[in-house]
Amino acid sequence: MMPKLKKQQIMDLLSSGRRIDGRGLEDLRPVEIRCRSVKNAEGSAEVRLGKTLAIAGVKTSVGTPFADAPDMGVMIVNAEFLPIASPTFEPGPPDENAIELARVIDRGLRRAEMIDLKQLCIVPGKAVWEVWIDIHALNHDGNLMDASALAAVTAILTAEIPKAVVSEKGEVTINKSERQKLPIKSIPITVTVAKIGDKLVVDPSLDEEEVSDSFLTATFVGDNVYAVQKRGEKGLTVEETMRALQIARQKARELLKIVKEVVGSGQD
Amino acid sequence: MSMGGKELVLITPDGRRLDGRRPDEIREIKIKVGILENADGSAYVEQGHTKVYAAVYGPREVHPRHLALPNRAVIRCRYHMTPFSVEERKSPAPTRREIELSKVIREALTPAIIVEQFPSSAIDVFIEVINADGSTRCASIIAASVALASAGIPMRDLVAACSIGKINGVLVLDVTDIEDKYGEVDMPFAMMPNRNEITLFQLDGVLTLEEIEKAISMTTKACKEIYERQKSALKEKYIELRKAIEEGGKA
Repeated sequence: MMPKLKKQQIMDLLSSGRRIDGRGLEDLRPVEIRCRSVKNAEGSAEVRLGKTLAIAGVKTSVGTPFADAPDMGVMIVNAEFLPIASPTFEPGPPDENAIELARVIDRGLRRAEMIDLKQLCIVPGKAVWEVWIDIHALNHDGNLMDASALAAVTAILTAEIPKAVVSEKGEVTINKSERQKLPIKSIPITVTVAKIGDKLVVDPSLDEEEVSDSFLTATFVGDNVYAVQKRGEKGLTVEETMRALQIARQKARELLKIVKEVVGSGQD
Repeated sequence: MSMGGKELVLITPDGRRLDGRRPDEIREIKIKVGILENADGSAYVEQGHTKVYAAVYGPREVHPRHLALPNRAVIRCRYHMTPFSVEERKSPAPTRREIELSKVIREALTPAIIVEQFPSSAIDVFIEVINADGSTRCASIIAASVALASAGIPMRDLVAACSIGKINGVLVLDVTDIEDKYGEVDMPFAMMPNRNEITLFQLDGVLTLEEIEKAISMTTKACKEIYERQKSALKEKYIELRKAIEEGGKA
């Protein structure tokens, strides 16, 4: 539990427009992205937001499509909050927080159609690419949501998958020496805004998360919203909700620029 | 939109939906209070073919003990669908979806509960969806908040809920399963109507900020309508109880 004194300190600073780590209310922490660091993954990215560190890896395999989508590839997002990342995380299957995070990120990626799953069909009804996006928290200092989403998106952008070859008999073999990028339709960016007292702050640190009343996470492609999740144990007014969405939209533009620079430069 | 070769018209050009509703119309809602005798509070909610039971047990001792909080009650919530509630039988084990929904429903209800009054205790909310036809998390919130009130738990307000969707570019209230599957947007939403506070807001689908603002104002209106129905369902129960007592029967 957070000591009352610290909460008071955070609130006092906020009322004069400052934050405990020296940021302004609408400032992100320094963002650092390192991609393609995992040789055995088709795509990967490590994202630092301040001291928060998350890593995402993309693996692919050939599988069968879902019956209701015979010509679509399959995308699976999973997140693990492992004990390595925080003294409060325990080993075991993903808890409700990890499941929620994975599902919110999944919704953003799916709705934005970031990966064009239609192009991942190999033999309709028989064989499609399965894209596994695994996110692991490595150090939790708040806002694992945005760090994880950014890691997932960057890992997808850098992914190069092997080529599937279909023989005349219809058998599928994989040619690992030939690689191709995943078919990308858009780049969704996820931003979280926290409400502390009557203030809204972007990219909350762990100290701030512990005194936050609620959170609004939104995923943007351009100016449009593709996924929203309100979290936390207190309510938000309509005005706060709309203001939070506007702040998130502004920050999404900043993050998109960073992602494009990192991926585009080919810098590892 | 085509389905099995037949053209599926979710909304006609003059704004009629598959079940005949207008875009801003919610389904007929039925709320019954206190129908599960063992629970401290309970409710049944029916919205079209969406049918849910909610039961509240507590405030009671917390098991396991280490989960107790010294300064407030812990709220626990389990949203669960019966295996026969959906078209393809669902395994009774909790799915990832159910785990997420249990969390967001708990967070939608908690702001309304005065948890400080019950330190070191637990309030358990159990929700069973017996038939699903869209907007089950909203029906669950409507039922659970009435169940909490009927358990006599002190609350700041009731929580009302209504989803909003988008079909052929038109915003529609209280989406059914087919509208959710084939429509463009699903936006579940819950609020404390008297306090004007949003306690659940999810979006799965594409909207502009302007559309979100419009959607919130539409669903706020619907929530206020549902809020009245929740209050009258609670009143009905107490009138019934008083009658039973006056007649000397068992309450």
